[in-house]
Amino acid sequence: MDISAFVLFWAAIFTSNILLTNFLGMCSYLSVSREVESSFGLGVAVIFVLTITAGLNWLAYHYLLVPFHIEYLQYIVFIIVIAAFVQLLELIIERYAPALYYSLGIFLPLITVNCAIFGVSLFLVIREYNFLQSIAFGAGSGIGWLLAILMLAGIRTKLKDKLIPVGLRGAGISLIITGIMALGFIGFSGIVAVQ
Amino acid sequence: MNKKEIFINAAFRENSVWKQILGICSSLAVTNLLMNSLIMGLGVTFSLALSNFTISALRAHTPRSVRMMMQTLIIAAYVIVVDVYLKANMPVISKQLGPYVGLIITNCILMGRAEAFAAQNKPVDSLIDGIGSGLGYTLVLLAIAAIREFFGFGSLFGFPIMGDWWVRWSIMVMAPSAFFLLAILIWIINSRYYKLKA
Repeated sequence: MDISAFVLFWAAIFTSNILLTNFLGMCSYLSVSREVESSFGLGVAVIFVLTITAGLNWLAYHYLLVPFHIEYLQYIVFIIVIAAFVQLLELIIERYAPALYYSLGIFLPLITVNCAIFGVSLFLVIREYNFLQSIAFGAGSGIGWLLAILMLAGIRTKLKDKLIPVGLRGAGISLIITGIMALGFIGFSGIVAVQ
Repeated sequence: MNKKEIFINAAFRENSVWKQILGICSSLAVTNLLMNSLIMGLGVTFSLALSNFTISALRAHTPRSVRMMMQTLIIAAYVIVVDVYLKANMPVISKQLGPYVGLIITNCILMGRAEAFAAQNKPVDSLIDGIGSGLGYTLVLLAIAAIREFFGFGSLFGFPIMGDWWVRWSIMVMAPSAFFLLAILIWIINSRYYKLKA
């Protein structure tokens, strides 16, 4: 694929948003979005981990799996790379930036099971991105995810004391809000012609 | 609990999608065609049932500290089986499902059932629980996919139902409708549940 990394970056944020058009990272999106502050913390952690693991997994795929012809092991290798990186990051932050650890630390284990991280790694293999494209796609997807969870958290805090049908409270109303947001994001789809 | 109760409990009463809001990602992503949803549902049921069985069989020999990693690797092994099988026998569907087959690994349902059920129960019970949860999940996928495919393409399982005069609702094929339909499904089931309780 010969799309410039810059275009891919914007496309990942707006036209093919990881959450609103690819439905990835829904679990933590629905469960953490009660407050804006914690959503922001998780979002920043996702951006960071997503960008780095996209690069690492690209390297692992092209320099480890392809030369040895073991591409079918990609799932296991990707999962291990992500888990190991998150664990390492946790240790480093705890040692050198304790303040950051207390605000961000609780989100890190959540990220290992966030399907957005794993999904991005799979996408960059399927779509045959090069290294730079992969990093740009990872960073863009992370920012897109942050954008989506921040919007939902903002709307949910406003809805806190509103009357909502009993059956819709919690997940139901969040899904409807997300649907409306996804409708809005369709409006961007003319801007960048990717996907 | 006897075996039948375990099954009904896993498939309906504690259904992963509408009761526990787990595994939403893939239930939204693959539901624009019935066939894709069916294959996806069966793939999840297969890996869920067997990984539940394996995790439960090994539960006495698993140290607590590496429990999560081991569960993930067991799940990944079965998902690779599903992926390789689909690539070899149904290349078209495998291509359409794309990364979502691999994403079964991070599907919260599998991890959730492993932690909540398989880690404490006998292997055969866990197998039944896995089949039940998997089929409950498939049911939700098929319900959403039937509506989306019918309005979006005018067909069911690829067979044209409505003929050429049908104006396709392209919104039903796109992302927002998946969110709305799942929300409506959860709404209907929850309000019935509250009515029954009252």
